[in-house]
Amino acid sequence: MAKQLIKGNEAIVKGAILAGCRFFFGYPITPASEVAEAAAYYMPQVGGTFIQAESEVASINMVYGAAAGNVRVMTASSSPGISLKLEGLSYCAGAELPLVLVDIMRAGPGLGNIAPEQSDYNQIVKGGGHGNYKVIALGPNCAQEMCDLTMLAFDLADKYRNPVVILADGFIGQMEEPVEFPEAYASFPDKPWALHANADDEHRLITSIQLEPEMLEQHNIHLQEKYRIISENEVRYEDYMVDDAELVLIGYGVVSRILQTVVDDLRAEGKKVGMLRPVSLWPFPSAHIAELGDRVKNFLVVELSNGQMVDDVRLALMGKTPVHFYNRMGGMVPSPEEIYAQVKTIWEA
Amino acid sequence: MAEKRLSKADSFYKVYERTPSAIKDVTHYCPGCGHGVLSKLIAEAIDDFGIRERTIFMSPVGCSVFGYYYFRTGNIQCAHGRAPAAATGIKRAYPESIVISYQGDGDLAAIGGNEIIQAANRGENITVFFVNNAIYGMTGGQLAPTTLIGQKTTTSPFGRNPANEGYPIRVSEMIATLEAPVYVERVMLGDAKNTNKVRRAVRKGLSNQIDNKGFSLIEVLSVCPSGWKMTPVQAKQWMNDFMLKQFPLGVYRDRSEEIPVRESQRHVFSVDGIRDKLELPKSGEQTMQVEKPAAEFMNPRLKLAGFGGQGILMLGLMLAEAGMRAGYHVSWIPSYGPEMRGGTANCHVNLSERRIGSPVVSKPTVLVALNQPSLDKFESEVAPGGLIIYDTALVPNPPKRKDVKVLGLPATTIADELGNTRIANMVVLGAYVGYSRILPKEVVFSALPALIKRKNLLPLNELAVEKGMEFVTRMGS
Repeated sequence: MAKQLIKGNEAIVKGAILAGCRFFFGYPITPASEVAEAAAYYMPQVGGTFIQAESEVASINMVYGAAAGNVRVMTASSSPGISLKLEGLSYCAGAELPLVLVDIMRAGPGLGNIAPEQSDYNQIVKGGGHGNYKVIALGPNCAQEMCDLTMLAFDLADKYRNPVVILADGFIGQMEEPVEFPEAYASFPDKPWALHANADDEHRLITSIQLEPEMLEQHNIHLQEKYRIISENEVRYEDYMVDDAELVLIGYGVVSRILQTVVDDLRAEGKKVGMLRPVSLWPFPSAHIAELGDRVKNFLVVELSNGQMVDDVRLALMGKTPVHFYNRMGGMVPSPEEIYAQVKTIWEA
Repeated sequence: MAEKRLSKADSFYKVYERTPSAIKDVTHYCPGCGHGVLSKLIAEAIDDFGIRERTIFMSPVGCSVFGYYYFRTGNIQCAHGRAPAAATGIKRAYPESIVISYQGDGDLAAIGGNEIIQAANRGENITVFFVNNAIYGMTGGQLAPTTLIGQKTTTSPFGRNPANEGYPIRVSEMIATLEAPVYVERVMLGDAKNTNKVRRAVRKGLSNQIDNKGFSLIEVLSVCPSGWKMTPVQAKQWMNDFMLKQFPLGVYRDRSEEIPVRESQRHVFSVDGIRDKLELPKSGEQTMQVEKPAAEFMNPRLKLAGFGGQGILMLGLMLAEAGMRAGYHVSWIPSYGPEMRGGTANCHVNLSERRIGSPVVSKPTVLVALNQPSLDKFESEVAPGGLIIYDTALVPNPPKRKDVKVLGLPATTIADELGNTRIANMVVLGAYVGYSRILPKEVVFSALPALIKRKNLLPLNELAVEKGMEFVTRMGS
C-alpha cells in the first residue's frame, strides 16, 4: 500500500478511525492541537462526532459518558491538560471503561513551554490520579507507530476494559514521516457490559463507587488481577543491536530515535553498543531488562525528564548492573553527539 | 394527565438490590426530603412515556449519587459536577436514548458550574433535574452556591456573609439567558398544587427530549430538614418564607412550541468509502526509481531556516514528500508553536537509504539559510564538507566557512521576476536538487500537488523549481 507523508498527530486520528473510533471529545493545546483538528475534520465525514469541550475536565468526562456505550472513543491533550484529565482517568479506570487518551508531552512543570519533554511518565505510568489503578501506556517513536499503536490501543482498551494512553512527545507529534495505513476494521467486538440504550440496560451500571469497604477491596483485587494479566501478556519493546552489546542504551519516544543514531555511530567504530526501546511503558519490560542485566556491563538511560523511567530500569535490575543516566529538561533535546560523549565516558571508565 | 396510582412505578427497581442497606425497599433519602417525591414523578413519567428501556440516568455526586439504586434504566454514576459532560458523551453515542441528568445544587452550581452552562449552551438534547435545597446535603450541611444570605451551615457557621461568600446563584435565570436551551422552569415541591406543577414540568422536560427539541432544565426547590437542622414542617415553612423570595418560581425560557418535533439521528457505524474520506493514498501510487547522487550528497541531513512566511516549512515538506516518492526514508520536523507566528522558522529534514535515527538534525550536511540571522546562527553547525545554500538577495554577508561548499543564488529576485516573491522557496528547492542531483525534476513535480492545494499555482511552482535548476546548470557551465 502506498505511503502518505503525515504528521504524527494526524496519523493518530486516521489510525483511530480505521480502528473504529467515531467519538472524539477534545480541547486545544500545543503541541497536541492537530489531533483535535484532524478529528474535527474527519469525524463528521465518517459519521462520527467531534466536540470541542469547554475544558479538559469536561472532555474526559464526555469520554467517560461515551465509553459507557458500545462505541470507541478517544481524547487527546498535552501535559498540563493531562494533569486536568487525571481525575476523570481515575474514574474511567475505576469504572473499567475502555478509551484511548493521547498525551503529546510538553515541558513543565506548570505552564512550562511547548517544547518536548517526557516528564509525564510518572503521572501516566505511576497513576497520577487517585486510587490503585493502572493504565496501559504505549510510547510510539515514529509517525507509523502513531497510527499502529493507536489502533492497537483501541483493541487493548476493549480487551481489558481499561484506559490506554498513547504517551508521545512534542517531536513525535509534530514530526512528519511516511505512514502506510492498514485496512479499516470492518467492525469491532460488541461490548456486552456496555449500555446499548435498550431493554438490557436495566441490568447495566457504569460506576466507580463501591460504598462498602469489603466490596471496594474486592473490586481492587479484581483490578490488580487484571493488571497482572496485562503485565504478563502485553509487554512490548524493541531491541536494536543488543545481542552482543556490552552497553545498552534505554530510551523511548524521540529519545530512542536519537539513541539509534548514537548506536549506529558507535557500531561504525566497532563498539558493542545496543539500544532497548520500551514500547509499552506500562507494562514495563522489566523481565527483559533483568535478563539483559545478566550479560550487559552497563546501561545508560536517557530521558527528557528529571529521571522517571530510570527508576523502573533500576527496579528491574535490583542493583545487579550499573545504570547510568543522562537527561535534558525544559524542552531541550540532546544531540547524538552529546549522548555519544556520555557513552564514551562510561566506556572509558 | 397521569392517573393517580398506588403502586410503585415500573421504572423503579422492584427491589433495590444495589443498596448496601439491609432494607431493600426504601430509599436512602431522609424523612421529609423532596428527592423521593421528585424521583417518583420522574419514574412515573418514564413509565407513561414508555421510554424506560432507552433511558439512561446519570447519578453524579450529592444526594443524587445513588439514583442508580432506584431507577430501572441504564445507569451511569459519574464524577462530581460532571454529569452534563458525561451525559453529552452517552447522548452523542445514542441520540435515540433519553438521558437524564439529576443534580443537586453543589454539584450543578458549584463544582459543575461550567459543565451545566456549556451543555445548555450546546443545546444538548438532555433533561436536567436540578434539585435546589440551598445546602450540601450528602456531606452534612455545608454552604452551597444557593445558600441564602445569613443562612447558617457547617461552613458558614455565622451565616452566609456576602462580603465573604457572595450571593446565592439563581441558576434558572442564568441558564435562561442562553440561546440554545428550550425550556427552563423553576418549580417547588411543597403542597399538592405545587407538586402538580413539578409533575407537569418533569413531563415537559422529558417530552422535549423525546421530540428532540433540545435542552431542558427544571430547577426544583426542595427542603432539606437534615441539612437545615429543622423538622420537616419547619423546613417547609422556611422554604416558603425565605427560599421563594430568593428563587421566584416560574418559566424562565420556553421555546417548546416554536421548535418542531424532530427524528433522532441514530449513530450508525460504517466504513463505506473510509479510505477516500480519510484522504489516504491509492494503492496504485508507486515509488519512482531514481539514480543515486554522488556519495557526498547521499543521505542528507538538512536544516532549513528563514523568516516565518518565507515558506521554509513548505520547502522542507516538499523535499520530504519527493524523497518519499523516490523510495527514501524521510523525516520532517518543524519548529512549532508561537515561533511560527511571525518570527523565525526552521525545520529539519532527513532523506536516507536506511531507517532514520534522530529526526533532529544537529550537524546538518545541508543548511538552507534564507535570511542573515539564520546563516549566522547555524553556519557553524554544518558538517565539514557539507553544503550551505543561501539567498544572496536577502543575505548580504555570505558564509565564512572554507571547509564547506557554498551555493548562493538570488532566489527572491528570481521569484520576483516570476511575479510572486513567495515562490523563492521553490527556486531554492530547484537549486538544491539540481546541484546535488538527489532527486530528479519529475519526482519533485510529482510531489508538488500533494502539498499545493491551489492547483492553479502548480505551473508557477514548477517554473520556479526549473529556474532554480537552471541557475545551478548555468553556474556549472
